[in-house]
Amino acid sequence: MIDVLYFAWVRERIGVPKESVDTQATSVTELVAELSAREERYAMAFSDISALRVAVDQELSEFDAPLQGVREVAFFPPMTGG
Amino acid sequence: MVVRVQETAFDLGAEVKGFAEGCKNAGAVVTFTGLVRDLASGNLDRMLIEHYPGMTEKALSEIEAEAVKRWSLDDSLIIHRHGSLLPGEIIMMVATASKHRKDAFEAAEFLMDYLKSRAPFWKQEFTSEGAEWVESKSEDEAALGRWS
Repeated sequence: MIDVLYFAWVRERIGVPKESVDTQATSVTELVAELSAREERYAMAFSDISALRVAVDQELSEFDAPLQGVREVAFFPPMTGG
Repeated sequence: MVVRVQETAFDLGAEVKGFAEGCKNAGAVVTFTGLVRDLASGNLDRMLIEHYPGMTEKALSEIEAEAVKRWSLDDSLIIHRHGSLLPGEIIMMVATASKHRKDAFEAAEFLMDYLKSRAPFWKQEFTSEGAEWVESKSEDEAALGRWS
């Protein structure tokens, strides 16, 4: 099980801030494909990966990052702090 | 080196005074303050700032640690708010202290550049027309290039 978190408009499109996902995905890309195949709201949120950022265990990562041993994955748009 | 992420407002004057008084050996303190800017149309009702609890503090501490590696700093402080803010309200501040102003200025700019596009905050603007997520600017991303 991996905790998957969503922020900003990604959260709004998917409809929940956080969920536990039972997955065999070995990379973030695989997890995205798995979720997108599951329901339309995921497919919509993940339709343009270049508009998204991902954090793996609270570190900014690439979409090809492996998921072995990972507890938490978060998807969000580019950050707008400051 | 302090990082604070909080919903409540803070007293800018008191924070800067406390920071400067805590840096007895520093000759220079630089501060930057970010405010909620109204829209060009002047109709911003409020801004909502969302963040990623846990990662936010971690990311800010890492950015601060990187600044300490690059410049000779006596101390630094980052305070960033989240939640609902009104136009003109203070969103955040950074302060850097150093022996000489050059390190303090440069480190403050570095902290701001990284904080804008590497710390997990997202701004949403509310007007009578509805809510819009603020889009990141390509120049904010490009600004990181000068530090690499």
